[in-house]
Amino acid sequence: MADGLTETAEAKGAEAPELGLGSRVRAVTVRLRTPTLVVLPILVFLLSLTLGRYQVSLGELFTLFGARLGLADATVSQEVSTVILNVRLPRIIAAMLIGAGLALSGAAYQGMFRNPLVSSDILGASAGAGFGAALGIILSKSVIVTQLLALGFGLAAVLITYMLAGRLRRGDPTLFLVLTGILVGTVFTSLISIIKVLADPSDKLPTITFWLMGSLAAINRQDILILLGPMLVGGIALLLVRWHLNPLSFGEEEAQAMGSETTKMRIIVIGACTLMTASAVAIAGIIGWVGLIIPHVARGLVGPDYGRLLPVSAVIGAVYLLLIDDIARMAGPLEMPLGILTALIGAPFFIFLLARTRRAWT
Amino acid sequence: MILELRRLSCGYGRRTVLSGVDLSITAGENLCLLGPNGVGKTTLFRTILGAIEPMGGDILVDGTSLTGRSRRERARLMAYVPQAHTAPFPFHVIDVVLTGRTAHISLTASPSRHDEEVAMAALERMDIADLAGRPYTELSGGERQLVLIARALAQEPRVLIMDEPSSHLDFGNQARLLSLIKTLVHERDLAVLMSSHFPNHAFACASRVGLIKNGHLVAVGNPSEILTESSLEDIYGIPVRILEGDPETDPALKVCAARAV
Repeated sequence: MADGLTETAEAKGAEAPELGLGSRVRAVTVRLRTPTLVVLPILVFLLSLTLGRYQVSLGELFTLFGARLGLADATVSQEVSTVILNVRLPRIIAAMLIGAGLALSGAAYQGMFRNPLVSSDILGASAGAGFGAALGIILSKSVIVTQLLALGFGLAAVLITYMLAGRLRRGDPTLFLVLTGILVGTVFTSLISIIKVLADPSDKLPTITFWLMGSLAAINRQDILILLGPMLVGGIALLLVRWHLNPLSFGEEEAQAMGSETTKMRIIVIGACTLMTASAVAIAGIIGWVGLIIPHVARGLVGPDYGRLLPVSAVIGAVYLLLIDDIARMAGPLEMPLGILTALIGAPFFIFLLARTRRAWT
Repeated sequence: MILELRRLSCGYGRRTVLSGVDLSITAGENLCLLGPNGVGKTTLFRTILGAIEPMGGDILVDGTSLTGRSRRERARLMAYVPQAHTAPFPFHVIDVVLTGRTAHISLTASPSRHDEEVAMAALERMDIADLAGRPYTELSGGERQLVLIARALAQEPRVLIMDEPSSHLDFGNQARLLSLIKTLVHERDLAVLMSSHFPNHAFACASRVGLIKNGHLVAVGNPSEILTESSLEDIYGIPVRILEGDPETDPALKVCAARAV
């Protein structure tokens, strides 16, 4: 085994003076996919802008953007301008931000908790934010106050989970985080049920119920402003530390022995994911399955290395939720709640993924 | 003297597992700990690695205490080779080895060209460069153990801690691995602390041996002096024979065997 090793090393060095074998191996895997991942979201973005009951052609779209950017003199009708800029654009941006945020959170959590079945809501962020929103609705608060309540309770729920797990902890801290996360999530889900029982069944109850099923139908420009900050802060933080999720997914003690500052990483990851998940719920209600499935799709494309997995998850998540939302607003005579669509499409797809990649998990 | 344990006591909660451990290991030396199941070998390793707090005493590297050092600083001094395990995701082997560079990569950075070269060199040193692009999850137990040692080498430590490095390997791979460890210790001037369930492994690759019994390190020294029929009988509670190879053909060969109980 130890014989002739220096020769091997020299031969390898002579063959590839610039790139290590590792880089070459991965370069081949990714070569064809990188352009697709840049072009695809742009195409789907443009397509989605033209889709809808009010017909807008690609030509009108480019004329409108050209005029807004001061590149062209031609103008489009007021209706087209309103439909695109005030209705579709905010909704499309929201769908892409939320899709990317949920996918990023899910991917990061799956590594940190070393579990391919966890998702962005594992620590109670969604349930907490859902409770905050339900509270805002039953107290007849304004939209903005309701959104801030949702964001606040989402953050609070995860903070409770984190503190409680720290107190109860014996041994592996991530295990206790998942357990207390499930408990805190259950408590907030029960609190939502209590609010539903108390809500006026002709007015408030349907609002709460429909809102919890997830929808982007009522998105406007102001919502984007609330969404943008938390999404950018959380998303950029996660993308910056993304490589260090690799050692973390080998478990607490091994990661520490390799020099990972695991406590610091956990705080950054949980903080970033909670900001993104809670702000998503605050704006669009509870949209499940994106954070669970998209990381698996991305892993199938570029492998589990977090250096690539996180950016690719974000892109695929953005495209996926945008397409789902296109279906939601186009498919039927009335708006389909997003949470229902993501589950209807997500569950069968996940079964397909399980059957295909089962071997890798055992 | 690289790694030094001074009156080290370790355990969980209020339960002391090992107490009063005095031990020092220098560069180029491989100390193998032997002792029955549950005697506290792994607990001692976890304490040295900083996973659990010492209950008393001190751990020093190059004469300075590890107390208060960050994970990064510790990891640049000391690497750990766990027993071959599985990863939750099918990481490429090169990515697994690159995680050994964690202590050298800042929080917001990714591995540099230099990190990739170090990782690749570690794989080449273990003669498994051809596995670089394979999923870690699809490797055999033996291959995974080699990858984990490559990962520890990529960490560029001065002290290497190995918890039963050969326990999941077949007969041939055990022998190959032990001889490789012996070579690496000299080549990299490492101080190695390992554990094993088999006294024969200590004969094969250790420069010193430590025996643990009833919560104490009862003997440390040269394998041929420490590993006697009576000391092994005392530790494991079974009758033991030590057999030596033919002085003409195999002067270095020495093995122990359990006699019929």
